[in-house]
Amino acid sequence: MTKQEALFEFLLRKADDSLILGHRLSEWCGHGPILEEDIALTNISLDLIGQATELYKYAAKVEDKGRTEDDLAFLRIEREYKNVLLVEQTNGDFGKTIVRQFFFDHFEHLLYEGLMNSKDEQISAIATKTIKEIKYHLRHSSEWLIRLGDGTEESHNRVQTSVTDLSRFINELFYQDEVDEILIKEGIIPDVKEFRAEFDKNIGAILEEATLKLPEEKWQLSGGRKGVHSEHLGYLLAELQYMQRTYPGMEW
Amino acid sequence: MSKKEWPLWEVFIRSKQGLSHKHVGSLRASDAEMAVNNARDVYTRRSEGISIWVVESANIVASDPSEAGPLFEPANSKIYRHPTFYEVPEGIKHM
Repeated sequence: MTKQEALFEFLLRKADDSLILGHRLSEWCGHGPILEEDIALTNISLDLIGQATELYKYAAKVEDKGRTEDDLAFLRIEREYKNVLLVEQTNGDFGKTIVRQFFFDHFEHLLYEGLMNSKDEQISAIATKTIKEIKYHLRHSSEWLIRLGDGTEESHNRVQTSVTDLSRFINELFYQDEVDEILIKEGIIPDVKEFRAEFDKNIGAILEEATLKLPEEKWQLSGGRKGVHSEHLGYLLAELQYMQRTYPGMEW
Repeated sequence: MSKKEWPLWEVFIRSKQGLSHKHVGSLRASDAEMAVNNARDVYTRRSEGISIWVVESANIVASDPSEAGPLFEPANSKIYRHPTFYEVPEGIKHM
């Protein structure tokens, strides 16, 4: 694998994470529990789709095969999407959406802080812009988790169920293979292994404040980075890609 | 499900021009911190501000509309209190 191929693959993975989670959050539009939260979730959705756009643009340039960011976002099949399984999980109730976001935001925060020091100028520029958005997302999901966990019996039980269910997707956030090895050696991306302890500490502190617990059982799922997804992604893509598939090349 | 509603908060935003905080509207939130978060999402999405104040609406003491006469009408006949007899030098803004 060449450095160029590794860089393309990395950009695609991160762009797919942002696009798929952004799409999931957009499903809340008009369905938020209150007006204020409806706007908050769709703001975060737009931030994520904006990040995806920047990453796809750069990925298309790195690949240099004449594909555009729209081709990458809308015209690949399921097995070609490289997002982690966590982001494609369904919204569930508001608490589940917050838990999914909470795990993701804490990982992204540490990753993007590392990417700000990337030797690749384009990546460090994207990271510097993105980190401010992530810090807000992190604050939003963490504050909510504390209030739902340490809220009523009903909110506590529901959100604890989601913490238990979604915790099995945490390890995959730290997935590494040849792509990562090459880019770490080149100083383009940080080694995520180095901040696993910090991640555990950060989420642990907030879970404790929220009176929530990670499950004892450590069964973990993965496959997203290789394109092996849960059953939910296909349905999501059917909706995401509908317009481009039905009216190829349409713009608005 | 509980029918209890979150308290109402009044939102004040200071715009980039460095003027004072201005009332922009209200929203509901469970507590002060969430009120600031919500205000950020609802009222500063288009770069409207650089600073947010929130205050629980219940804490605002308002003048009584039926007292409007005694409170405000006496000022109507005191034209000399208005600085309209001075010429404003050129280049002075925000008057």
